[in-house]
Amino acid sequence: MNSSRVETMDDFMPLDLEKEDKFIGNSEPGTSSSRLARRNFFQKLLFMLFRFAAGINGVVLLIIVYYLVTNGWRAINWTFLTQAPMDSMTRGGILPCIMGTLFLGIGALVVAFPIGVASAVYINEYARPGKVLRLVRLGISNLAGVPSVVFGLFGLAFFVIYLKMGVSLLAGALTLGAMSLPVIIGSSEEALKAVPNTYREASLGLGATKWQTIQRVVLPTALPGILTGGILGLSRAAGETAPIMFTAAVFYTPRLPKSVFDEVMALPYHIYVLATAGTEIEATRHLQYGTALVLIALVLGLNLLAIIWRFRLRKKMK
Amino acid sequence: MAKKLKMASKNLNFYYGNFKALHDVHLDFYQNEVTALIGPSGCGKSTFLRCLNRMNDLIAISRVEGEILLDGANIYAPSVDVVSLRSRIGMVFQKPNPFPKTIFENVAYGLRVNGNRDRTFLAHRVEESLKRAALWEEVKDRLSDSALGLSGGQQQRLCIARALAVEPEVLLMDEPASALDPIATQKIEELIHQLKENYTIIIVTHNMQQAARVSDITAFFYIGKLIEIGETDALFTRPRLKQTEEYITGRFG
Repeated sequence: MNSSRVETMDDFMPLDLEKEDKFIGNSEPGTSSSRLARRNFFQKLLFMLFRFAAGINGVVLLIIVYYLVTNGWRAINWTFLTQAPMDSMTRGGILPCIMGTLFLGIGALVVAFPIGVASAVYINEYARPGKVLRLVRLGISNLAGVPSVVFGLFGLAFFVIYLKMGVSLLAGALTLGAMSLPVIIGSSEEALKAVPNTYREASLGLGATKWQTIQRVVLPTALPGILTGGILGLSRAAGETAPIMFTAAVFYTPRLPKSVFDEVMALPYHIYVLATAGTEIEATRHLQYGTALVLIALVLGLNLLAIIWRFRLRKKMK
Repeated sequence: MAKKLKMASKNLNFYYGNFKALHDVHLDFYQNEVTALIGPSGCGKSTFLRCLNRMNDLIAISRVEGEILLDGANIYAPSVDVVSLRSRIGMVFQKPNPFPKTIFENVAYGLRVNGNRDRTFLAHRVEESLKRAALWEEVKDRLSDSALGLSGGQQQRLCIARALAVEPEVLLMDEPASALDPIATQKIEELIHQLKENYTIIIVTHNMQQAARVSDITAFFYIGKLIEIGETDALFTRPRLKQTEEYITGRFG
């Protein structure tokens, strides 16, 4: 608004006309050099704003990590990582939580990855546009919008009670799996869409069936993106509290799970418990920060792994 | 030598939804001849080419009327298996599109999907196909390298080798040299000359000099209709219709 007003006023300023005469040789007709400078300035200003907006992302992550590291690093030691909690969880370690979260994450991936990839293949490769496809898409986008606590309650009602799984690793993994489905489907679909259609045509043109084309050309080409999506889904699932608090996680158990029907401790739920319901909330502050640090290290580590893996696979294909 | 009819389209109409892209196309293709399809962009020549191996089946809203005969049998008959049809009619695309696999696996692909597993057979056929596509000497020492590391012209010859490996009877080429530099283009054109000894070749091209150089028969398409067809020399020197003359002399298109 402001700049456009100034620009129109410019046109009537004799000073600018003079300048225009001076620069007539090397400037476009009707463009005074001062106006050009203003446009450049405006562009620079906007770019700076955009850069700032993009930078905020990194800064937020840095602040969180910095805060957790400075407050939590004292809690991290060998005992903390390899022992079960002791003395009403005021001392000792968090090994059952680490293992529980790992098992839950892997379990969720085992459940959701095949279903998610298969759905994405159906949607992107087989389904003809129409009512059915629209319904499926609607279902998926709504699934993505369901709050995680609702997933937790669904898991409690359906897996824990109705299917009689009890509070268990299995029920938690299924609940987390259902929750990460939209993420996995979404990223798999992106990866499949990025496979050039010319690959499909070339394969079909050589007398391959549709399934052979998918199996031998489309899926291998899309694999880096699909795997990345899988791991991102896993890392998101690993950090969730609400879906597991009714279905898998318990306040305290020193044992590691022996079967999928055992209950587990988990990092996010442990943080929640220590911070809100522990016997010594103030005294265990450093343990809370330490647990949070371990959780974020696990999640960031998984994401890093996904990035490295994708990079390697992409390089191999070139 | 009497010419043998290999493929023919009869009363072919093609629709994208409600849009009629091809009107009543009658066209014969003879064995061991190169037929060039020319015409301005959007005239339907590529659409027509893609009817010949039923590649248009992939477009959900498309519809075909009429017949295309391969050795006298309609390829659109309900009993025809489109997968085995496509192994009889090979296709080379506008842009080189090798798979992100090794050079060897690219050429062996069509054989593998047809169930061939015998290693010596595969190796033999890959070598033979690469030789026919005039690429063997350039790649014989790096068959297990990625095909994406080849130059554009080499990639396109690899795609030709890949199509030849399945031993098709007809070879469809959709502007096979349009993304290549003049030297690579020349190689492809020489290759087309050699290949017609064994195959029936149908080539879509935007380049009229190319049509004149490589083809025996030229068919001129305009707005979905086959306007004129004739021996290439005759069509380019003495076109019968004004439209054809205007196009080949560059007055439109």
